[in-house]
Amino acid sequence: MNVVVFCKSVPDTETRVRLKDNRLDKSEIKYILNPYDEYAVEEAVRMKEAGKAEEIVAVSMGPERAREALRSALAIGADRGILIKDDALDGSDTYTTAKVLVKALEKNGVDYGMLLFGQQAIDGDTWQVPGQVAEMLGLPQAGSILKLEVDPNGGKAVANRMVEGGEEIHEMNLPCVVTCRKGLNEPRYPSLPNIMKAKRKPIQDYSVADLGLSPEEVGRGGSFIEVLSYALPPQKEAGKKVEGEPEEVVQALIQYLKDEIKVI
Amino acid sequence: MSVWVVADHRKGALRKPAYEALSEGRRLADQLGTTMEAVIAGHNVEGLCQEIGSYGADKIYLIEHELLSYYNPPAYARAVGDLIKEKQPQILLMGGTMTGRDLMPRIAARVGAGLAPDCIQLEIVDGKLKALRPAIAGKVRVEIGFKSDMQMAILRPNVFEKLEPDTSKAADIEKITFEPTDLDKRQKLVDFVSKETGRPELTEAEIIVSGGRGMKAPENFTIIEELADLLGAAVGASRAAVDAGWRPQSDQVGQTGKTVTPNLYVAVGISGAIQHLAGMSSSKHIVAINKDPDAPIFNVADFGVVGDLFKVVPPLTEKVKQIKAQEG
Repeated sequence: MNVVVFCKSVPDTETRVRLKDNRLDKSEIKYILNPYDEYAVEEAVRMKEAGKAEEIVAVSMGPERAREALRSALAIGADRGILIKDDALDGSDTYTTAKVLVKALEKNGVDYGMLLFGQQAIDGDTWQVPGQVAEMLGLPQAGSILKLEVDPNGGKAVANRMVEGGEEIHEMNLPCVVTCRKGLNEPRYPSLPNIMKAKRKPIQDYSVADLGLSPEEVGRGGSFIEVLSYALPPQKEAGKKVEGEPEEVVQALIQYLKDEIKVI
Repeated sequence: MSVWVVADHRKGALRKPAYEALSEGRRLADQLGTTMEAVIAGHNVEGLCQEIGSYGADKIYLIEHELLSYYNPPAYARAVGDLIKEKQPQILLMGGTMTGRDLMPRIAARVGAGLAPDCIQLEIVDGKLKALRPAIAGKVRVEIGFKSDMQMAILRPNVFEKLEPDTSKAADIEKITFEPTDLDKRQKLVDFVSKETGRPELTEAEIIVSGGRGMKAPENFTIIEELADLLGAAVGASRAAVDAGWRPQSDQVGQTGKTVTPNLYVAVGISGAIQHLAGMSSSKHIVAINKDPDAPIFNVADFGVVGDLFKVVPPLTEKVKQIKAQEG
């Protein structure tokens, strides 16, 4: 069974967001492999190590820098990469992104048993592409999983979804889609030899035309959603800060909770 | 061209975010001068229709089948998706429960419509929906417009106002038949492992008391739990406390945990790393208790206490107990 892992290049968590001309100013942003995707890559590599997966294909749609995200996935242990890169893709919403990813799988002819995603990308935070890919391909899906057991020979997977108040255990026929999150595994740090080896692993590039799509079908023009504007969140006024003997600070805090915000 | 709401439920009751979605749906429908209609999919859920009606639904589509007893993504997406494809509502809303975040993308893909997730504000501009949502860990707010005729949005829990129900109102109910397909049978919820604590769910709680590295040991979380239980609050934790194995993953607030928007967030012994702020900085009121006066949590706190949590929290709990006792 082959496994596909989807990877996104995202701004580093510590990035300070700046705006320029009503768009994100991307000039000083450092990009990384989306942390949630690391759980997905790690899970795929563990499946391979357990003899449950054969080839691991990492797929990314994004600008040239997404190649680095793919290299990170290859360093963790993916076997080869697919990069869908085209200026026409700029501004694609999740629906269009899912459509392009599905086309890329078709074009590449990869015979997959499982598709693994990160639960969310830490930039858009939409959680949407995995479910949209699953629906377009007509596959079962388990989102936000904490545990995964795959039986490739029996053609089944069992996944624990983290939901409010507990875990839903879903049994799915393969192929299926899962989205990975913290708690599923502890992603490894790639070793230096593996980072070197990743540089020699193949990455197949596709343009929009390669996938049989026209530029109008993707990007801003081909999307259902458009970003009208960006704004920084409203600045909070500086709060009150007290220091002193416990009795005094507790009294002040009680007054705040009782009289000001009225929660007790 | 009506406004539709998918009513999320569990164990025979509507979920809190469902009330919020119904209330917001009613508001938008009034603004558009149209009807608000709800759809509920499940098994033995007809009893919930009365309550849905009291939140202002003019009509309810009831889809019942044994296979819909538990959440099944392909089946739910088809049941709801095919109905809305046929009826063509203008707007479709759902609360941002774990089911909502999982199901709505599938429906959007099925019907071919734009979907804005995690919305904190919705409005009608020139007859169309416009949504506001945070992105990049809350560091930016994005205004979303729709180019598709159908406009879909997921509402962040605890942000939208819940209306007072009007029990004199009743909705028309239309039963929709559902026939399972082969795909629906390829997935099955086989078990639910309950991790109920008796406390409210983090994403839905009015008050959250969270502990971090400053708690020093897992047993010290009883201090947090005592205060939380007095306040009817949920208990949260920072990444440091979860990674140390002191608290379960489901308690984590922040970038790799949950995003919460309670009325009051009490951060105890939490320094306020950017990963943590990403998950709680939009709380309506924030109290921080930390011995380090330079801890970044104080930058977002409305009320900060610089002090030793072990000397501050127990007497605080005691005082709250006294006040509650006086109130009887």
